[in-house]
Amino acid sequence: MAQNPIQSAATTRNQHVVAVSRQRTDTWVRHVFFVITILPIGLIAVVLIGLLYRSWPILSRYPFTDLLFGIDWKPSEGRFGFYSFIVGTVWVTVVGVGLAIPPCILVAIYLAEYAGARTRLLAKPILDVLAAIPPVVYGVWGLLAVVPLVETMIGPWSQRLLGFWGLFAVQQPTGFSVLAGGIVLAIMITPLIIAVVFEIFNTVPVDLRNASLAVGATRWETIRRVLLPQVMPGIIAAIVLGASRAFGETIAVLMVVGNIAQVPHSLFDAAYPLPALIANNYGDMMSIPLYDAALLCAALILLVIILLFNIMATIVLKRFVK
Amino acid sequence: MSAHIDVTNLNVFYGKQQALTNVSIAIPRQQITVIMGPSGCGKTTLLKSFNRFLELTDGTTITGAVQVDGQNIYAGDVDVTAVRKRVGLLAQRPTPLPMSIYDNVCYGMQIHQMRTNKADYAVAVQHYLELAGLWEEVKTRLHEPATSLSIGQQQRLCLARGLAVEPEVILGDEPTSALDPISSQHIEKRLLELKNQYTTVIVTHTLRQAKRLADYVIFMYMGEVVEAGVARELFTNPQQERTRQYLEGVF
Repeated sequence: MAQNPIQSAATTRNQHVVAVSRQRTDTWVRHVFFVITILPIGLIAVVLIGLLYRSWPILSRYPFTDLLFGIDWKPSEGRFGFYSFIVGTVWVTVVGVGLAIPPCILVAIYLAEYAGARTRLLAKPILDVLAAIPPVVYGVWGLLAVVPLVETMIGPWSQRLLGFWGLFAVQQPTGFSVLAGGIVLAIMITPLIIAVVFEIFNTVPVDLRNASLAVGATRWETIRRVLLPQVMPGIIAAIVLGASRAFGETIAVLMVVGNIAQVPHSLFDAAYPLPALIANNYGDMMSIPLYDAALLCAALILLVIILLFNIMATIVLKRFVK
Repeated sequence: MSAHIDVTNLNVFYGKQQALTNVSIAIPRQQITVIMGPSGCGKTTLLKSFNRFLELTDGTTITGAVQVDGQNIYAGDVDVTAVRKRVGLLAQRPTPLPMSIYDNVCYGMQIHQMRTNKADYAVAVQHYLELAGLWEEVKTRLHEPATSLSIGQQQRLCLARGLAVEPEVILGDEPTSALDPISSQHIEKRLLELKNQYTTVIVTHTLRQAKRLADYVIFMYMGEVVEAGVARELFTNPQQERTRQYLEGVF
């Protein structure tokens, strides 16, 4: 290779040193980023192992199926059945997500497809504020507004109209119920789901809408026949995100859900979800043998439910996108 | 010359910026009209005023009238979907809908409920794919996704989809600018074949394409119509200085 006449031998050597040092920085950065990337994965493993370790006393004492499907919860008598808590968690989450999704999708469609720039500009910050309200405030609001509403209006009304159907019958007319928890949860996850679905609609190219409008389709026909099939995987992802949040929501739910260790049979029955069980009892009554291990086992079960749910959702999503 | 589209005193604003100024122009029936001019001169805006696509952009103000067959399409009681059924649009980039080739052609027909049974739809799909010169290439794979076609084929599919709702007018917004030369030729050939049945309005930025296609030419500059006339005369003997400069490639 021809030497550049104005470049001395020294600068050539410097160039070489610089090049090696740049490569070294690159390699170093890559390693650091790799470690930081695997950190959260490692964290899940650490949490799982930690919980497993701390709940081992109870896991080794009772058969796992007895813990999962046992209905009795009498720690002082050494009976630890998590079934009612697991069912309670699932009930409250399903009701919350079920209540949230239809209006959320409609709002997101309205904002993304129909609303003018001004409405959109106004609605977004309001939704952001809704997302920023602390859960405990939702809990207080649920206590003051939702529980009485369920007790005095929705409950009696449901009993009168749908009382023949167990799901809607009122056995425990206090208002502290799966439904109250579900309503509070639904409102809490609403801003999240709306924001995600809205963003997903925005990712669809304008050209695609125009192609449909150009043959004389209405907005709604365009949404139903072109946009919705296109964004369906995204909507499922949004639902999963909302549900994951709902599974773990603790304080707001425990304030309105009644916290009675029973398997709920109606929307108006009280329930006792896993997060509420842990939050209410951890730190108390540690003199009872195995109680500590039982609560950490509850945390383990909650974590496993959420992990399984996310894995399932990923599989569904994969199949959908193909 | 009988005008099919009649534009009177059309002014269009995007926010505060004026895109069209006092445009009055008549588009002849069943010929190819080419709108040309430098970029940003308002030619696409004028084109999109014919199928009421301008109002899809927030903050657009439109004054004046656009009459299609004597009916002002901006009148209060006009159904915009009916306008867009009569005035079809071939977009700049091919945009097949995310469904099969067959369903793409059916899409508009189904929305307007133009047939009553499956067999009639199938006949219509073949007919319009033939009109667009695509039938032979896709007849064995009608139920494959439209996105599996090449870009050039996709644009012909879009043409078939547009023709299927039986428009009177075909608008083309630089319909070949995203295509390779062979595919462009295909589209141009189709447009020339169809021009006796449809009023066609094409926006183009290539002078050579304008010369190949145009029966009638509108030359625009800075949001105004500078000159309009029969293609042969306008190309050989422009009346306006700016038209002459444009044809000579000054800008």
